Amino acid sequence: MTADVTLALDDAAAPASADTRGPVSRRPQSLRAPVGGVGPVGLGVATIWLSLIVLLPLAALVSKSFEKGPGGLWDAITVPSARATLIFTVLVSVVVALVNVVVGTLIAWVLVRDEFPGKGLVNALIDLPFALPTIVASIVLLGLYGPRSPINLNLVATKPAVVLALLFVTLPFVVRTVQPVLMEIDAEAEEAAASLGASNVVIFRRIVLPALAPALLSGAGLAFARAVGEFGSVVLIGGGIPRDTEVASQYIAKQIEVDRPVSAAAVSVALLAISFSVLLILRVVGARAAKRH
Amino acid sequence: METRKSTKLTLRVIALGYLAILLAVPLAIIFWRTFEHGFGPFRDSVTTPACQSAVQLSLLIVAIVVPINVVLGVVTALALARGKFPGRGVVQAVVDLPFAVSPVVVGVSLILLWGVHGWFGGLAEHGIRVIFSLPGMVLATIFVTLPFVVREVEPVLHEIGDEQEQAAATLGASRWQTFWRITLPAIRWGLVYGVVLTVARALGEFGALTVVAGGVPGKSQTLTLLVSSRYVDDRNTFGAYSAATVLMSLALLTLLLMTFVNRRRESNAR
Repeated sequence: MTADVTLALDDAAAPASADTRGPVSRRPQSLRAPVGGVGPVGLGVATIWLSLIVLLPLAALVSKSFEKGPGGLWDAITVPSARATLIFTVLVSVVVALVNVVVGTLIAWVLVRDEFPGKGLVNALIDLPFALPTIVASIVLLGLYGPRSPINLNLVATKPAVVLALLFVTLPFVVRTVQPVLMEIDAEAEEAAASLGASNVVIFRRIVLPALAPALLSGAGLAFARAVGEFGSVVLIGGGIPRDTEVASQYIAKQIEVDRPVSAAAVSVALLAISFSVLLILRVVGARAAKRH
Repeated sequence: METRKSTKLTLRVIALGYLAILLAVPLAIIFWRTFEHGFGPFRDSVTTPACQSAVQLSLLIVAIVVPINVVLGVVTALALARGKFPGRGVVQAVVDLPFAVSPVVVGVSLILLWGVHGWFGGLAEHGIRVIFSLPGMVLATIFVTLPFVVREVEPVLHEIGDEQEQAAATLGASRWQTFWRITLPAIRWGLVYGVVLTVARALGEFGALTVVAGGVPGKSQTLTLLVSSRYVDDRNTFGAYSAATVLMSLALLTLLLMTFVNRRRESNAR
């Protein structure tokens, strides 16, 4: 099932894995203009396309957030309700990333080192949260943890519900970054350590964990970035109670609804800054780790 | 690492238990609730006019977005893989940008650019409405699905190198001939994979559309917006389950396709 492993990495982990693809292209190229390319016209078309679809909207967003100057931007993200939602979003995303680090590693370990009937199916199930629309994730969780819960556990509009929804949508990240590393890890080092009398705990801490660290970091970072901006999966089950279970994206959507675009833009920019800095850190750390090897 | 049988079993139980309470059991409950009174109620619920027009709108958006993403995605991938130009790193980063932007923020940005009071608000005076209508929904969907085709095709282009393209050009093939005969056949499975991801994401997009669409039933309501409005506004839980089941089935189909295309891709690469 290695196919599934690469597949999830390709679409989800692209920002982080883009670096690892670099060396493939790093070979001597002829000085002639590349024939398979699209030339200056193609480059121009691509640039216009990217600008029109991605850059111009984001530029409009940033410019709107500064409409009342840097002070206005600061005020908009530090009014109590905005500050509360931003802090809650970041905290809950940290919790979700940490849970993913532990459980994701465990699941990846079971999928690589354990054998049991139905393993292929379980492995395929991991990718489901990527394929499932986020609003469906919300509905699905309401089935077990909503008002008609068969186990009488109604979590709607509570903080655990938000955590649950975010855990659902971020499940694949750590599993799919750790799994391939675990597969390639050198079993000989582990065996040598074991024959020298090292316990499993020591082997895991000294040999397995250091090898997994870059993958874990990247998986956790991607899960965090996803959780920070998540909307659809939280919207039904989270309740969106201001200063309690309201995540930043819900706050932004509400600001647009009540026609306060400057405030919406300001909190959006804060959200973007948070996820960009996390992804940037990942890129730097990843590049450094790649250099060391 | 030699693990004892009991440790192995404990870890297996924890992993499977977690997946069960997070994924499997909730999914099973929704399928059960949808079909507990047979197929009839489900069919009635997904053939209402509102639901049918939601399906049509979702498919229409996919039908517009996919060709645009395929053509411009391949052009961008070619420019990135074969071209040498200053600022290549910047273009790479811009392609990945949509992965890092919250869908709601996408919606807000589009309103601030294309809305009546936005930078391009002047279009509204000429009767071109973008926000709260189809063009806005298409723009939002293109934004969130933009990286898929580029990111699936570009590594394949690197892998195959440009020797064959060079050879074709030396033998007198035109640019188009080289593309159709050499490049396209080589990238086809990567491209198909990118399209599958694009379709799945386009059908499932919710956050950006909530902000941009307005969600008028029968007019600007996609399947995902219908699920939410049935649950929240109509208090029609069963209807929401039924529509969600349709989307869930599409997601499972996507997953199957992804596995299939990946197998083909792997066997082609060998």
